[in-house]
Amino acid sequence: MKFLRGGAWLPPTVFGAGALGLWELVLWLTDPEGFVLPRPSEIAIALGENVSEVWMASRVTGFIILSGLAGGVVLGAVAALVVIRFRTANETLTPLAVAINAIPIIALAPLFNNWLGITSPRSNQAVVVLLVFFPVFINTARGLSEVDDEQIELMQSYAASDWRIMRTVRIPNALPFFFTALRLVASLAVIAAIVVEYFGGRQDTLGNIITQNAQFTRYDVAWAAVVAGSIIGIALYFAALIVERLATGRYARATAEA
Amino acid sequence: MADLSSTRRTRARRTLIFAAFLVALALLYTGYKAFGQAIDDSQRDWWVVGSFLPRSDDKNMPPVLDILAEFGEAPREGGTTIGRLTLDGALFTLREAAVGFAAGTIIGLAIAVVLLQSRRAERGVLPYVIASQTVPLIAIAPIVVVWGRTGLEFLPWEWQDWMSVSLIATYLTFFPVAVNGLRGLQSPSPEATELMQSYAASRRQILRRLQLPASLPFLFPALRIAATASVVGAIVGEISAGVRGGLGRLILDFAGKYITGPERLYVAIIGACITGLVAVGVVAAAERLLLARRGIVAQ
Amino acid sequence: MAQDLVLEIAGLEKTFNPGRSNAVTAISDLYLAVRPREFVSIIGPSGCGKSTLLRLVGGLIEPTAGELSVNGRSAQEARLGRDYGMVFQAAGLLDWRTAIRNVELPLELMGWSKLRRRKRAKEMLELVDLGGFASHYPAELSGGMQQRVSIARALSFEPSLLLMDEPFGALDEMTREYMQTELLKIWRETATTVIFITHSIPEAVFLSTRVAVMSPRPARIAAELPIDLPERTPQTRDTEEFFRDVSLVRRTLRSVEGQ
Repeated sequence: MKFLRGGAWLPPTVFGAGALGLWELVLWLTDPEGFVLPRPSEIAIALGENVSEVWMASRVTGFIILSGLAGGVVLGAVAALVVIRFRTANETLTPLAVAINAIPIIALAPLFNNWLGITSPRSNQAVVVLLVFFPVFINTARGLSEVDDEQIELMQSYAASDWRIMRTVRIPNALPFFFTALRLVASLAVIAAIVVEYFGGRQDTLGNIITQNAQFTRYDVAWAAVVAGSIIGIALYFAALIVERLATGRYARATAEA
Repeated sequence: MADLSSTRRTRARRTLIFAAFLVALALLYTGYKAFGQAIDDSQRDWWVVGSFLPRSDDKNMPPVLDILAEFGEAPREGGTTIGRLTLDGALFTLREAAVGFAAGTIIGLAIAVVLLQSRRAERGVLPYVIASQTVPLIAIAPIVVVWGRTGLEFLPWEWQDWMSVSLIATYLTFFPVAVNGLRGLQSPSPEATELMQSYAASRRQILRRLQLPASLPFLFPALRIAATASVVGAIVGEISAGVRGGLGRLILDFAGKYITGPERLYVAIIGACITGLVAVGVVAAAERLLLARRGIVAQ
Repeated sequence: MAQDLVLEIAGLEKTFNPGRSNAVTAISDLYLAVRPREFVSIIGPSGCGKSTLLRLVGGLIEPTAGELSVNGRSAQEARLGRDYGMVFQAAGLLDWRTAIRNVELPLELMGWSKLRRRKRAKEMLELVDLGGFASHYPAELSGGMQQRVSIARALSFEPSLLLMDEPFGALDEMTREYMQTELLKIWRETATTVIFITHSIPEAVFLSTRVAVMSPRPARIAAELPIDLPERTPQTRDTEEFFRDVSLVRRTLRSVEGQ
């Protein structure tokens, strides 16, 4: 939360500008031809020259990311809400989800391509949904179940219904857990979507721009697409932060400062 | 206090659940195939199958038993079996992942320790540590391989392509370690730090005796995430960089020859899943070993 | 300053966030002198700055003004010279170390050899009646036992001064009275000077040779009451002298709060 507030902008800005300057300077001195790594200025120029292509690709990839992210987050949160209502289901499915979360889900991409069609964006979406689902489900389920017993007993002493307890105790308790997962999957979804584009899907995507141009050693253009991906990722991360702030408000800040 | 018999029971139960899940998955898969087959047989076109749901013919979804049998098959008469190829690939990938994991852990911890020293450093650098994960470096693996070949001649050992793949795994690994490590290092109470100061302990002593041990319960969940991430990094890195010998390459090869033998791809992907589970399992075992007697039962 | 004082404080002041809108003066114009082998309790209304005073004495925070010397030198020098041991309300044991290794911690930091510090830590655990619990982890000990380990740890390097910040505040009444008797036994055996922060009047009276009463913020020492009990055993708590001193402290505290 801290770097949403003014005044806190200075250190990261200084550090970022310094790092970019250093990158430019060191490469200008050691590798002026740009064999190893293009300079920030070269990437900026490449981005400017290919802006329409990168923009179109960003829209295609961005749509896959957003739809996959939305699907995975909603499914994960709803699944956690349902599962938590049944004790045995929770005790069975949550450890199972933890185990499944250990497998490299991106490696399933070729299977999804075969199932849903290699040129269809649906297989890419499916992988992103699956990848997003598990962290959201695991964290939300933990937040819903790791509640203070005394708070539950207090509510029961008021003869509150299960749904009431869910709304007043469990869901507020789960919010920080949920948002931690949301921030995590916001950047995970970008990486996943771009990597999955390696295995198939449409041709006009960020992943394809990166691989095509890297093959022909046009690294500056590849990097321009990488930058576009990063911008999507950072935007999503901040969007998650803002949603978190709107949802939890002063309470979250008070607990974060404590 | 850690009740050993009860943790053992929980573990046995979880293994059982996982086995039941695998059986259920196989049954579901087979049942879905039968369902799709029935639709095909009835000559009705049902729009969901094949667009929202996978097509269910033997090409797209080979029968479970065929997939299992494929482990023992050899592509060439008398040659290495698919199962063996997958195992060799998994070991190769696991080595890349392990090197990347180790390097990522060291780098992540180093970042956490540096950021611990000053709030200004934390504020300045932490946003970039977070932003670093939105850079899909994994997609520029070919460039990383080129760096390895051309830019790292100063190293005392010969740089090999698999090390570039490890480097990609490192990039995915260091992040959770740095973020959770920092939280863990900051976890001791002010009293605990004051107590160390009252013994006139130096910063280094406080780090070694108080902050590092206190960070372990925060670090291990991150290391479990990092273990999966390092395997993902290794597999995808191999694919994208075109490095031979590992699971990633195997998956790409088998995906290319899907028409002639779809079962092979399934075997390689099952191998990838098991590799991920093994990597996380090793970390979890280390966690139990180190944290068991602290009175905190590791989950 | 006189050499024979363990602690001498003159005109001490501590302001947090000085010069800003949220500046708070916690301590102002505070005087206190403690002779060797004294047991001085500091008592006062909650939030009056008792803990701040203890941290100033320990050199953990710097005073804004005034003079403070421990064994004739500055608080910082005393801290670096390991002149004092500290015990907090939370035992603050390191979870991952056994009881004996927790006691060894300060000795380790001072570079004692393994053999020597093991021997000393053993003696210290015996002093607090925990000889049989050396290899237990903190999670396996009760709250009172944890606090005794923490006292053993503070005494392990034989500091001339023991600083205690509500050490028994989190314990139940029975354990608390038992711990008080134990602490007096240790105090007699080790010839240590003790500065003891508490908000329990009977505790202060039972333990101390002198009770210093602090005023509300900005705090100073408002009164010093010598306690002269003929003996201090569990039965002492039922004697007339004890009741008399308790009510004296209580009245003083009330008059200070009313100011």
